[in-house]
Amino acid sequence: MTPIQGSTGQRQLIDAEPVLKLEGITKRFPGVVALNKVDFDVRPGEVHALLGENGAGKSTLMKVLAGKHQADEGTIILSGEEMAFENPKHAKRAGVVLIHQEQSLVPGMTVAENIYLGSLPKKWGNRVDWPKLREDTNRILETLKCSFQHDDLVGSLSIAKKQMVEIARALVFTPRVVVFDEPTASLTDHEKPVLYDIIRNLQKQGVGIVYISHRMDEIFHLSHRISVLRDGEYTGTVNTCDTNEDEVTRMMIGRSLELDHASKPTEFGENMLELRNLSVRRIFEDVSFKVRKGEIVGMYGLVGAGRSEVAETIFGLRGYTAGEVVMDGEVVNFRNTHDAVVKGIALVPEDRKEQGLVLGMNCRDNMTLASLSSVSSMGFMKGLAELSVYDKYHQAMKIKSPSWRQKVGNLSGGNQQKIVIGKWLHTHPKLLILDEPTRGIDVGSKAEIHALVKDLAKSGYAVLVISSEMPEVLGLSNRIIAMYEGRVTAEFDGDSVSEDVLVQAITGQNTEQRASPKPEAV
Amino acid sequence: MISLKGFFRGRTAIQPIWIFVIAIFIFFSFMSEYFLSLGNITNILVQTSTIGLIALGMTYVMINGNIDLSVGAILGLAASLAVGLQDYGLTIAIIVALASGILLGAINGLVVWKTGVNAFIVTLGAMLGIRGLIFLYTGEQSFYSMNFAFADFGASTIGPFPVLAIIFLFCTLVMHLVLTRTGHGRNTFAVGGNPEAAIDAGIRLGRHMMINFIIVGFFAALAGVLLASQMGAATPNLGRDYELWTITAVVLGGTKLTGGYGSITGTLGGVLAIGILRNGMNLMQVPAFYVLVILGVILISVLIIDKKLNVPSTKEVRI
Repeated sequence: MTPIQGSTGQRQLIDAEPVLKLEGITKRFPGVVALNKVDFDVRPGEVHALLGENGAGKSTLMKVLAGKHQADEGTIILSGEEMAFENPKHAKRAGVVLIHQEQSLVPGMTVAENIYLGSLPKKWGNRVDWPKLREDTNRILETLKCSFQHDDLVGSLSIAKKQMVEIARALVFTPRVVVFDEPTASLTDHEKPVLYDIIRNLQKQGVGIVYISHRMDEIFHLSHRISVLRDGEYTGTVNTCDTNEDEVTRMMIGRSLELDHASKPTEFGENMLELRNLSVRRIFEDVSFKVRKGEIVGMYGLVGAGRSEVAETIFGLRGYTAGEVVMDGEVVNFRNTHDAVVKGIALVPEDRKEQGLVLGMNCRDNMTLASLSSVSSMGFMKGLAELSVYDKYHQAMKIKSPSWRQKVGNLSGGNQQKIVIGKWLHTHPKLLILDEPTRGIDVGSKAEIHALVKDLAKSGYAVLVISSEMPEVLGLSNRIIAMYEGRVTAEFDGDSVSEDVLVQAITGQNTEQRASPKPEAV
Repeated sequence: MISLKGFFRGRTAIQPIWIFVIAIFIFFSFMSEYFLSLGNITNILVQTSTIGLIALGMTYVMINGNIDLSVGAILGLAASLAVGLQDYGLTIAIIVALASGILLGAINGLVVWKTGVNAFIVTLGAMLGIRGLIFLYTGEQSFYSMNFAFADFGASTIGPFPVLAIIFLFCTLVMHLVLTRTGHGRNTFAVGGNPEAAIDAGIRLGRHMMINFIIVGFFAALAGVLLASQMGAATPNLGRDYELWTITAVVLGGTKLTGGYGSITGTLGGVLAIGILRNGMNLMQVPAFYVLVILGVILISVLIIDKKLNVPSTKEVRI
């Protein structure tokens, strides 16, 4: 598991009266009971982790809490007072703030304007009090140790920094309960400690914290208590100091799971992809590595290190300015993605909703999107052929979807990702590039996708995995390419590298030594 | 309300616009003794064929996430060419007229594709520019067709059915099949629904956009030629506001301005709704200005109802 700086010692259990109490919350949607008599409480100064697979009802529970949904049954008690939040603003005023995983920022406005959106400080005549706005914003940014300025445009910030703005926004009101919904989903290991500090600060001020995450290491690092939901049912609460990951996982899914390091692929063929001193001006420089048939190569680095950009360049989304890309023995420089697909490259993108799926289309249509010519003749679609493609991957990957007509937007993250992968498998690629393949996906689906990737490599695909999660990179890769600020700083053997060496390589330490060089061998 | 929502969901759902079409059809059947006759119904089809043909192409462009405001001007230019060039032979005149639509559509598509400028702006410019070309070419004069074959064609029938109505319905069928059954149709939805995902899937965005602009340009020109043959003449102002009527019909039919959603069957419903309302109110002798007011109110009401009906689907529980 990822090493986390700071204290990992046992936390004192907090034995105060809960600041917030949810009792017997039931929420029904047409045809489904999303929450069934769920109890939950948070004590002041406590981090209470809420766990469950995607679809277990965590987000729904939090939306009920934050006033986005109204419960059909049950009560919300805040500081001993029964509340019925009609809308998010109402909840916010009462001191319940939800920091949402889908960001709700205005890209064309500055950081300060975003933080105070809807509550800009005013002076006489309803004019915005700019000096005060600047001052207040700077104060908040300082407590968060943000590296950006109050007048930066939000659209120009990285995902991680946008997240910080989102958190900053919560601090404007004096919150009594703050809900973090997957706050680290878009942060790298390097950026997480900052978030942890923020959480500890809030805690010290007596704020109750609800922390939703899929990542066990974080939960065990931060929380005092853990509550688990499964299929809309409350399965129990445990004290973090009295439990372990296995028990919590069993509570979540009814079985235990582990990344199986032993099952990595072992037989490699010839080079499928080779980058020779590849550069794109001002983005990355001098990137060289190989991916062989049957091999999984991991690319590890911080957000902004240039990993996704390297993948995009291979895939023809950007042109390169120096060096060369050799694919299957041939130097290539694709002008568009179509040529890359024809040559046998598949890219499962970082952001499946933005780049991977057409959300308004159904499962089947998304599945065949990249390979229409294989399911059509003379330009006309063959419905049965399409359906058999869908059925094939639906079964092979255990996609949970009621029918092929289901709009992909209504599926959970794990199932959406399987559809994207299925879409690419049907193009019969030789090289499969996966950019953050398990971001925001629940534990069960994650393990399934990991197993799938290994199986694919064993059946002869060359696989390049980009990930910000150390356990994922270590658990999957035969070799690991470390990147830092647009350069490859080191290449490691995936089985023998230690976690600290890897962290050093991606944070720019020891770059001149090229730690444990294993460029050609393995 | 619940059962109504369930009724509209799913693949075989009846589009709300068709319920509206049926409702006003029944309404006018009772209100006017002339409405429900074969003659009047074919008349409606002929009257709607001009807007209808353009709307077929516009549906593609709008599903694709673009819009084309220059269709009215293209229609006007094609009509003038089809009549004005008849000295060189009717066939040549018609071929040149249709080719002008294809060419202008291709230029629109190429500019949108290569420059990335919003289609609204590009085709707004094209609309003004092409209208200018019409005045240059015609010298502000109306052209009258001396060729009786041309003028007769617009009024000809096969059995009891007017040729214009048959052409319109045939084109509707073809365009429906292309949109629902071909790779190009599927990619049109994909590009409009999520351009980034389409690029990631190796779909050549620009090609599909350009094809769709060519399609709408062609249909605008075809509508121009047919309209000129119906009137036996072409005026330089022909086709003014047609882009707005077309977009109204397409939107009534459930196609979204933001792209990714829409259908030819819906567009047919939208076109018919406008045609029936105009025809029916005409027969009831409602003054023309009231007709415009009523049409405006109906457009907004239908979209509000559509929105109300479609909200629940986004709130569906994730599986």
